[in-house]
Amino acid sequence: MGEWLNMADSFSISDRMSGRRKFLVAVTSVAGGVAGAAIATPFLLSMMPSERAKAAGAPVEVDISKLELGMLLMVEWRGRVVWVLKRTPEMLETLTKIEGELADPGSEKKQQPEYAQNRTRSIKPEILVVEGVCTHLGCSPVFRKDIAPADLGADWQGGFFCPCHGSKFDLAGRVYKSVPAPTNMVVPPHTYLSDNQLLIGSESEGAV
Amino acid sequence: MSNLFNSMIAWVDKRFPLTSNWKAHLSEYYAPKNFNFWYYFGSLALLVLVNQLITGIFLTMNYKPDASLAFSSVEYIMRDVEYGWLIRYMHSTGASMFFVVVYLHMFRGMIYGSYRKPRELLWLVGMGIFFILMSLAFTGYILPWGQMSYWGAQVIVSMFGAIPVVGDTLQQWLLGDFTLSDAALNRFFAYHVVTLPILLVVLVFVHILALHETGSNNPDGIEIKTNKNPKTGIPVDGIPFHPYYTVKDIVGVVVFLIVFCGIIFFAPEMGGYFLEYNNFIPANTLQTPDHIAPVWYFTPYYSMLRAVTVNFLGIDAKLWGVILMAGSVVIFCFLPWLDRSPVKSIRYKGSYFKVALTLFVISFFVLGWLGTKSPTPMYTLLAQIFTVIYFAFFILMPWYSKIDKVKPEPKRLMKE
Repeated sequence: MGEWLNMADSFSISDRMSGRRKFLVAVTSVAGGVAGAAIATPFLLSMMPSERAKAAGAPVEVDISKLELGMLLMVEWRGRVVWVLKRTPEMLETLTKIEGELADPGSEKKQQPEYAQNRTRSIKPEILVVEGVCTHLGCSPVFRKDIAPADLGADWQGGFFCPCHGSKFDLAGRVYKSVPAPTNMVVPPHTYLSDNQLLIGSESEGAV
Repeated sequence: MSNLFNSMIAWVDKRFPLTSNWKAHLSEYYAPKNFNFWYYFGSLALLVLVNQLITGIFLTMNYKPDASLAFSSVEYIMRDVEYGWLIRYMHSTGASMFFVVVYLHMFRGMIYGSYRKPRELLWLVGMGIFFILMSLAFTGYILPWGQMSYWGAQVIVSMFGAIPVVGDTLQQWLLGDFTLSDAALNRFFAYHVVTLPILLVVLVFVHILALHETGSNNPDGIEIKTNKNPKTGIPVDGIPFHPYYTVKDIVGVVVFLIVFCGIIFFAPEMGGYFLEYNNFIPANTLQTPDHIAPVWYFTPYYSMLRAVTVNFLGIDAKLWGVILMAGSVVIFCFLPWLDRSPVKSIRYKGSYFKVALTLFVISFFVLGWLGTKSPTPMYTLLAQIFTVIYFAFFILMPWYSKIDKVKPEPKRLMKE
């Protein structure tokens, strides 16, 4: 150890590490370290999302006039899937019924814009707009509207089930207790341009 | 002729330490004379490494690391490139067989205490190789850009998002985008064919250098270097690696290649365990397959990832899963210091260690099997129980290895 640190030994046995040499070794090491960090920076930053990736993310317009009750529509926004679900009155009823089993029934964690922080997690009660991405590890859950199927148990009132790790969400994308996913599913910013024209990715008509 | 050869060697030796290295690492490298079946897997791992490097180079000649072209370029290799199917199956089977031989190689280390002093660093370098190997398997599995490639990568990359504070930025930095996309495929290709193979080859070289410094352990777990012939300085229980073990290893290679070819020609998909059926479907970013599971060699860790379903100690279940999964692999690094037994080899260890090791092996297999299944409440409970057993093997080791009743070690290597 000592041999490695005491560089003077490797220069010459008689030439002990003088104060001047110690100083020069320290300064050169610091300068070398700074230069190393400086040259690493552009390489590390080159791995961040590029300008092109940042620019791709325009809002998408969806016509929901043909969406029937109980039907789920998949829309691609920013390379992710967004679901538009038109819930039946029975489906909406289940939202109150199962609240005791949910981890965050009041949507206290900020996983949605303010206008969607309500029991249905939506602007219009029947229309749910939510990113179809499990908050655990990014799989896309499966829409399971069947009541009490064999694999999900007698208490299942319909909702979303993640096949990857078994997380469960209700029909408002709220997460159940005791599943791997920590939070409710994300409601993306969205707004209605008209009764049947939905804009996903932006909250106002003008701002794109 | 032999004169010419000798003078050529002499010419080289004046300029490069050829003969001295040949002696130091092969013809005069003395290994314990009692190597058994378990000692085939180091050299076999080297063979599979060479197989992966060569077949990999030929695959890059036709593969396209582009999200819109990758899947069809793999199909092109399979259907239109002359012998492309053979080269790809050699590579994909090689990936699984790499893990088979490396797991057996590691198990050998565990039963004979090869990680114990003075071989701690050798073990740590080996663990480094294992981490690189896992990264190589992961990045390689993404390249065909099928459904399993895509969603498997999605899950693994999302794990970094579970890290508090820096998680989101780190995830974007890894992906080069806000979602898993072409940018990620392109860079994972760079890691898979350049960065990681170079690191792997360097670490394998360091692993062998470290091995030849301490010398090999053996099934009796005693040091042959403590008993040297006073005249020659050669360990009395040592035999030169070449020709004794080179010949032995060739036998292992022949048997291995028979199995290897059998898989390539008759069961390259291995019933969906080596090549998963869902990966014959191009990546669909909008839909996760109904059932996803990693390739078999990752399933034990995957089981542990999803075993945690409750938040505790102020950490949420998601982060716990990631911590357990990472911990289940990293914990092997601590083995040299967890084992307090006065003996190295299982031959002289007592019943506590044997029971603990048996339970560990069972939990590894059960977790591996559970990782291939869809999660149900029953399976999740099983995964939780066996995760506890898995970790108990390591965490309780300082205690049970110390109080275990051991047998006395022999002075010399025993006859088989």
